[in-house]
Amino acid sequence: MTEEPDNLSCAAFQAQLPELIGSGVPLVFHPHIQSCECCRALLADLETIAEAARNLFPIEEPPDKLWKQIEAAIKSQKNCSDPC
Amino acid sequence: MVANTAEAEDLTQEAFLQLYRKIGTFSGDSAFSTWLHRMAINVVLMHLRKKGLPVSSLDEAMEPAADERPGRGFSAPDLNLAGSIDRLVLERAIATLPAGYRLIFILHDIKGYEHNEIASMLDCSLGNSKSQLHKARLKLRDALRAYPRQEDRR
Repeated sequence: MTEEPDNLSCAAFQAQLPELIGSGVPLVFHPHIQSCECCRALLADLETIAEAARNLFPIEEPPDKLWKQIEAAIKSQKNCSDPC
Repeated sequence: MVANTAEAEDLTQEAFLQLYRKIGTFSGDSAFSTWLHRMAINVVLMHLRKKGLPVSSLDEAMEPAADERPGRGFSAPDLNLAGSIDRLVLERAIATLPAGYRLIFILHDIKGYEHNEIASMLDCSLGNSKSQLHKARLKLRDALRAYPRQEDRR
């Protein structure tokens, strides 16, 4: 027997949440979300966190000097491993 | 991952040195970018372990100790994040995440990688990537909900 979505307990619904959220399907019309204030608040919080994260840490390009340092470090390794 | 520019630059250099040393071991079983990402992630995790954080491998990082896992989500909705989170508070909360949760959260929610890309990079299942991201967000929610109460105690 299959459990109807709107009869889900919060625990059962939240066990499905990683897959439901990961599927990318909007959950606002999910029967459990419409009937459960607690899970609605949880989902809103998780969406707020994900939205806030998108505005964090702009992707920084490493500075030019770093590439020069890496090049020098690799040359140094190469010299160490070359037979004299 | 390390929230420090100088450390990030050192780790970038170390990752390229590792690449130079280990390029001969690349077998072509996976995409080169996947192999490189995984190696770079291991460099970061090794660094975190040296700093005293309890991380010895990617597998261990992916499953934090019981006391580091998030609480249950169906506690009473006593506090809602109300649609806004202070940037600094969120950055601090991310820094306190267990390494495995932080890794997936940064890769997915900040860097924008899809779950299938993360699963390839970390050599884990799609379901595991989704599950770890969910736990990371729950853990952040716990931390953010606790934050005003910590401030009140000051």
